[in-house]
Amino acid sequence: MNSELEELYQQVILDHSRRPRNMGEIADGAVHVHGDNPSCGDEIHLHVKFGADGGIEDLKFTGQGCAISQASASMMTLKVKGKSRADAGAMLSAFHDLVTTEVSDPPKLLGDLRLLQGVRKFPQRVKCAMLAWRALEQAMEAGDKEEHVSTESA
Amino acid sequence: MQQTNEVNWQAIREDFPILREQIHGQPLIYFDSAATSQKPCAVLAALQHYYEHDNANVHRGLHGLSTRATEAYEAARAKVARYLNAANEDEITFTRGTTESINLVANTWGVKFLREGDVILLTEMEHHSNLVPWQLLAERTGARLRFVPVQEDGALALGALDSLLTPEVKIFAFTHISNSLGTINPVADLCSAARAVGAVSLVDAAQSAGHLPVDVQAMGCDFLALSGHKMCAPTGIGALYGRAELLEAMPPWHGGGEMILSVQFERSTFKKAPGKFEAGTPNIAGAVGLGAAIDYLEGIGRAAIFEHDTKLATYAHRRLEELPGVRVLGPRERGGLVAFVMEAAHPHDLTTYADQYGLALRGGHHCTQPLMRKLGLPGTTRASFYFYNTIEEIDRMMEILENAVRFFA
Repeated sequence: MNSELEELYQQVILDHSRRPRNMGEIADGAVHVHGDNPSCGDEIHLHVKFGADGGIEDLKFTGQGCAISQASASMMTLKVKGKSRADAGAMLSAFHDLVTTEVSDPPKLLGDLRLLQGVRKFPQRVKCAMLAWRALEQAMEAGDKEEHVSTESA
Repeated sequence: MQQTNEVNWQAIREDFPILREQIHGQPLIYFDSAATSQKPCAVLAALQHYYEHDNANVHRGLHGLSTRATEAYEAARAKVARYLNAANEDEITFTRGTTESINLVANTWGVKFLREGDVILLTEMEHHSNLVPWQLLAERTGARLRFVPVQEDGALALGALDSLLTPEVKIFAFTHISNSLGTINPVADLCSAARAVGAVSLVDAAQSAGHLPVDVQAMGCDFLALSGHKMCAPTGIGALYGRAELLEAMPPWHGGGEMILSVQFERSTFKKAPGKFEAGTPNIAGAVGLGAAIDYLEGIGRAAIFEHDTKLATYAHRRLEELPGVRVLGPRERGGLVAFVMEAAHPHDLTTYADQYGLALRGGHHCTQPLMRKLGLPGTTRASFYFYNTIEEIDRMMEILENAVRFFA
């Protein structure tokens, strides 16, 4: 078996893509961001509910796409739920570094997300891994409006 | 039909040095010729020869080298005309490819002749290149778009034609072979249906010109667009066939050198077609390369190429259906490509997987987003073939895909 494929599609990642966690919508009081990757058709609807302290109280997503985009979204929701904006922002930036640069010792704050490090060897798949994170970034900047975010600049 | 059983397909592979490349340490299996074809040595040699012996600007130099360049360029035009059986070589305009050819028609014929309330008839299986130029034209002129539906089996709903082809339809533009389904449309019938209501017809031959005999007079089309790079020629060269009478009535598009008869400070007069559509220094070497590609394809024979391509596509279709959770799109009688969806894996995961084994597939919407939306698919995986591909390569593809099913399921 090809080792780069084994690294990219680890069992945990395939498991998340087959059975994504936190799938769904949040009916009330959540920011809704629609993110898409027009070059391949992946899309995500991310609902984020912020608490009184501004932290991420809850988040859910629906969407469709490849294993990488679905697993990244699913693992992201597990990781940032209950975190402050500052912590979530730090994770976003650490995750971006993880999938785009050679990080020899990925930060522990990323937890299981470190398994997505294999993406860095597949530059054309970075957008897949980042889609949910771009949506989260937009949600944190948006406040309470509906937003649309795309991996391509308009 | 010419005799098609004498071609040594294995020997033909030797004409394509790139087929000896390795990808991720594995022998390349190139199944993406619908995106762009590979180039034979004969075409590469023609480019080299042109630049080493004939290179100069065309049509205006009075020196010997310019005469040679002009002759090479015009000889290529004559080859395209003969290849398409155009009545006259002046009916061939060189462009950058199918996209530019269609934009040329939309921006000249379309802008001059379309009015508010007119209808542009397309089909639901068009590539974005035969959709977006018409959307822009509709916005500009107030014309409306209308679409011939695609049926579940991947064929056009021809029964709907009568009600769609009303007198308001001024142009009917459709693809010869669908790049995402493989469907071969009955182009002669569609052209004659258009003519019956006084509409002009445009055939997108991007997927057909290098794959089967194309005869514009037998087809009865008014315009036909093709890309050189999908038929063994370099990128950046293509052609538009237009019936002389229509070209005559069309205004120029781009202004500049080469396309004028006489220029004054306030106004200019223009050459006849095709000169008036070829502003600026053209892609001379590209045209020479296209001419060489045509010679090469005719040496093999388009009937033989079509037979070979469809044999591969039919075989791949049958083998793919044996795979669990795989659905093949499009009709059984098809051009040289097969698109499919696999339950276990998204097209992008599948193409990433295949690539690691040297297999070049295409995953995504194939520039037919509205069609994918209608079919309820985020995209498909496509294997597209050309005459340099083999049954053995398809068998290897199937091994890789069988492993992929196990890997992702």
